[in-house]
Amino acid sequence: MATRSVVPFGPQHPVLPEPIHLDLVLEDEKVVEAIPSIGFIHRGLEKLVEKKDFNEMVYVAERTCGICSFGHGYGYVDAVEHIMNIEVPERAQYLRTILFEMSRLHSHLLWLGLLADAFGFESLFMDTWRIREQILNMFEEATGGRVIFSINKIGGLRKDIPNEMLLSFVDRLDGIEKETRVAAKSFLEDSAVKSRLCGVGILTAKEAEELGCCGPMLRASGIRRDTRELGYGAYDDLDLHITTSNKGDSYARTEVRLGEIFQSIDLIKQAVKKIPDGPFDTPVKGFPNGEYMSRIEQPRGEACYYVKANGTKFVTRMRIRTPTFANIPALTKILQGCDMADVPIMIVTIDPCISCTER
Amino acid sequence: MKISRSPWLLHYDASSCNGCDIEVLAATTPLYDVERFGIINTGNPKHADILVITGGVNAQSANVVKQIYSQMPDPKVVIAAGICACDGGIFKDCYNISGGTDTVIPVDIYVPGCAVRPEALIDGVIKAVALLDQKRKEAVEHASCQVDFSKRPAK
Repeated sequence: MATRSVVPFGPQHPVLPEPIHLDLVLEDEKVVEAIPSIGFIHRGLEKLVEKKDFNEMVYVAERTCGICSFGHGYGYVDAVEHIMNIEVPERAQYLRTILFEMSRLHSHLLWLGLLADAFGFESLFMDTWRIREQILNMFEEATGGRVIFSINKIGGLRKDIPNEMLLSFVDRLDGIEKETRVAAKSFLEDSAVKSRLCGVGILTAKEAEELGCCGPMLRASGIRRDTRELGYGAYDDLDLHITTSNKGDSYARTEVRLGEIFQSIDLIKQAVKKIPDGPFDTPVKGFPNGEYMSRIEQPRGEACYYVKANGTKFVTRMRIRTPTFANIPALTKILQGCDMADVPIMIVTIDPCISCTER
Repeated sequence: MKISRSPWLLHYDASSCNGCDIEVLAATTPLYDVERFGIINTGNPKHADILVITGGVNAQSANVVKQIYSQMPDPKVVIAAGICACDGGIFKDCYNISGGTDTVIPVDIYVPGCAVRPEALIDGVIKAVALLDQKRKEAVEHASCQVDFSKRPAK
């Protein structure tokens, strides 16, 4: 008869950059149930709308999460612009799309590094983070910040990115692509890596759909769904190929995210070719009045930003639905029946962003 | 400055937005590479000499921070990395933030920035190493056995 025991996992654990706590109910070495408890990073930033005016809230929204910071700022700004009926200049839309895809690149490379660290391949971790530093350098040149940019504002961007700089980005992206292809070979073809990823944490298409997953988690289970297809920003003019895989395991998630890295590089190149000249900002008059829900595709999946305003300086309500929140039920599902030793990999493969989830 | 030993870091995210966390990790990766000084990011409080806290402290993480701090062996140094860990930063007015790390445990070194830059963090860590050496010396002086570890046998 197997003995039952409860092992607490987290909040402080070597594999976790962020605190999440799981109570793992084990039967010998098999996980029977995983009970998550959250709240270690809850700050209550949505309530700050009462203290910061609608322009200052852009900075707060951006600090929801340091990895997808650009996307959070963009989602909030997009919602307010729709409420105020602001026509954002074409160039600003393109620049936002380019910066957004660069955020996706840096987020996925960061995730690949954490995954390599989780399965114990430290040199691969260091290598992917080395590649990622080049993207952070590009961000620093364009915006002045490495992880928090504060370049978005309501009506456009705070400053322009000159065309020459964009062209130099394209050159550097070629190098990044080459280096990532080498790293991708280790992730997808190395037999030791494959043995840690293949068949681990299988989520079928039906389960993914029923549990309401989003982003790479959903696409790795064979469902083709991507909010970028709605055509916000400049995505309407760009040629988007969505990467999917139908294996549904950790290997498939790695495959999908690697595919998205190359696709993001391609999207940036297309955008730089098509970007029009002109203003990057429109003046904003008055205060927002109304409500809007904006949907965007973050690196981790679909995020929704709800903003309600009543015509005063302060927005009455801001609400964010983050992708990790939608993926946590899937995590508890795939943890059932797995080995204790696979738990760190399972947690990392959903690409959890706890600070988004708890805000 | 001469680093006499290899201090190990322990990083805990009290309620940070992740920005400072990934910069702490980035400081250990090839571009900044603090590992060349023997500074390793460990996961075990019992192995750590320097505690790096990112983010302001909230009701739930306060106990975890206290617990980690009490588990670390003496002498130890605490670094508050990022403006949120220093005094709450942009989230100071949030209902769930009680302020900086120093509201819960004593902080030795404050490294501001949003997010903290790896260069600034490395500077903070180097200051922490000097402080650690000083604390170690003081601890030896005050120890009842009075063993002088600084006098090593001549080669």
